[in-house]
Amino acid sequence: MHEIIWHGRGGQGVVVAAQILAEAAYLQGYLGVTSAPTFGPERRGAPLTASTRISDTPLRTFSQIESADIAVVLDPSLLKVVDVQSSVKDGGLIIINSYLQPADFHLRAGLTVAVVDAVKVALKFHLLKEGAPVVNTPLLGAFARAAGLVALEYIEKGLIKKLPAKVVAANSMALNMAYEETVIKKIGSGLRDH
Amino acid sequence: MAEVQIMTGNTAAATAVKLCQVQVVSAYPITPQTSVTETLSQFIESGELKAEYVRVESEHSAMTVCISASTVGARVFTSTSSHGLLYMHEQLHWAAGSRLPIVMCCVNRGVGAPWSIFNDQQDSISQRDTGWIQLYCRDNQEIIDTVIQAYRIAEEVYAPVMVCYDGFVLSHTMMPVCLPDADMVNSFLPPYKPHTILSADNPRNINPVIFPGMRKNSAGILCDGYMEIRYKLQETLEKSRDVIVSTGIKYSKLTGRDYSGMLWHYKTDDAEVILTGMGSIATEATVAVDELRLKGIKAGVLGVRVFRPFPHAAIQQALQNARAVIVLEKDISYGYEGALCSDIKAALYGTGINPPLHNFIAGLGGRDVKAREIFEAVQTSLTEMNNKNTQNKTIWINCRQ
Repeated sequence: MHEIIWHGRGGQGVVVAAQILAEAAYLQGYLGVTSAPTFGPERRGAPLTASTRISDTPLRTFSQIESADIAVVLDPSLLKVVDVQSSVKDGGLIIINSYLQPADFHLRAGLTVAVVDAVKVALKFHLLKEGAPVVNTPLLGAFARAAGLVALEYIEKGLIKKLPAKVVAANSMALNMAYEETVIKKIGSGLRDH
Repeated sequence: MAEVQIMTGNTAAATAVKLCQVQVVSAYPITPQTSVTETLSQFIESGELKAEYVRVESEHSAMTVCISASTVGARVFTSTSSHGLLYMHEQLHWAAGSRLPIVMCCVNRGVGAPWSIFNDQQDSISQRDTGWIQLYCRDNQEIIDTVIQAYRIAEEVYAPVMVCYDGFVLSHTMMPVCLPDADMVNSFLPPYKPHTILSADNPRNINPVIFPGMRKNSAGILCDGYMEIRYKLQETLEKSRDVIVSTGIKYSKLTGRDYSGMLWHYKTDDAEVILTGMGSIATEATVAVDELRLKGIKAGVLGVRVFRPFPHAAIQQALQNARAVIVLEKDISYGYEGALCSDIKAALYGTGINPPLHNFIAGLGGRDVKAREIFEAVQTSLTEMNNKNTQNKTIWINCRQ
């Protein structure tokens, strides 16, 4: 079983991203998929999480994720507010929306960091919602590249299933561009990584 | 091959209501139930469901609309949670006393004070004695399947059915659900035939004041008194066990999904330690059982689908070889123990089946219940039971005391 936690802010499409990933994983052939929002009220702009579980067999656990295999960070400012690192297992993967490089994030050794400038990608394809760039789709592209769990073609299929038809083309292009632009680095214990 | 969709528990419930071609929906918004009736209002607006949506100012009125519409022959639906259900309390008795086959979803949520919007089962458990059949779902597939079965059960025995499922944990979590085919549901669920037709051509007085004794009516026929009417409701719920099982068997044959019992079983065949509970906590317990088995403990889960009528005989049979029983529940009967625990003990009374039994109170007000916590608590309980010092105990899981 693979556990993914999404860190974002209310209004960023965190829950939708978690749902698209679940759809995509099921389409690819995983029999167990769940996606859940943070249980309770949600407020625009406030930090929130959503989760996706992916398994070869049907899932029988609906409790909240204690320690994820993968964390996806939609808003890099959350790294200062939320302890994202401790939401991920040792040896896990953190995917961050940022214009910085993986080594710029001072994360603990053993983690793998993947970075994509999702804002740049969203702006290139005019993906805007209420004036703000839509970063969830580009991060799904980064997920396909960095996690190696769900192939890009299935994420694209999941996207088509979940999103309104008129926005699919732009989102698809953003997904593919983000996939190409994702930079991945494993954090070593050496000083040069800090 | 039936279509599979990834959906929340609330979408599963609304989809089932659409498949059952319900004619009247009336509800008042309350978290975490709201998206059930929001989805239904969209179905009605778009014409996918040809029903009347009656807007009301409260849950008390929502149930009153259901009672009225059901009395004049409509298939009806409502759903609520927590305080909404409590506000309906008076009308729940009226619905059952009037022998109306109303189906309602209770999306389980804790009860104030203090305020909580999160999940436990105190709301539906506290309505146990209203004369409603109560069914509990372990996942979203069971929600869609149980609502469909609920209409058939309700309309066969003329008693209302409450389909209960955990708020947020199921209501807001998306998972794969195999969609029952619309033609299959049509063949499974015959049209609703009301027991009494209220019409202007044949006016009647329904549910008038009734005196303690039996009385002759104007035609000279000796009519039931209050006690006879109550006896019949009790007898109906007792007999509804057979209908619940036969309905489940019919549905299983049509779908290939097993609803042939009032209980479900996970690795119980050779189990010495039985974990039992209702709803998603029992599902989570199956993961704990996998862990316990890795430790060499022969554990299994007995899921309770039907709480009223209580499946006492099935419980006796399922626990006859148990050497330890753990009852997990998200409710408490203040001043005693969990409500399910009391019923299970009562079912075993006089049977000679007398295993040590611990009652876990867990997940009140949405506190997360993890398989790991169940696994650890069961191990602690088994050690205590082996030391023969505590054969019977209520334990609050993951709670500062």
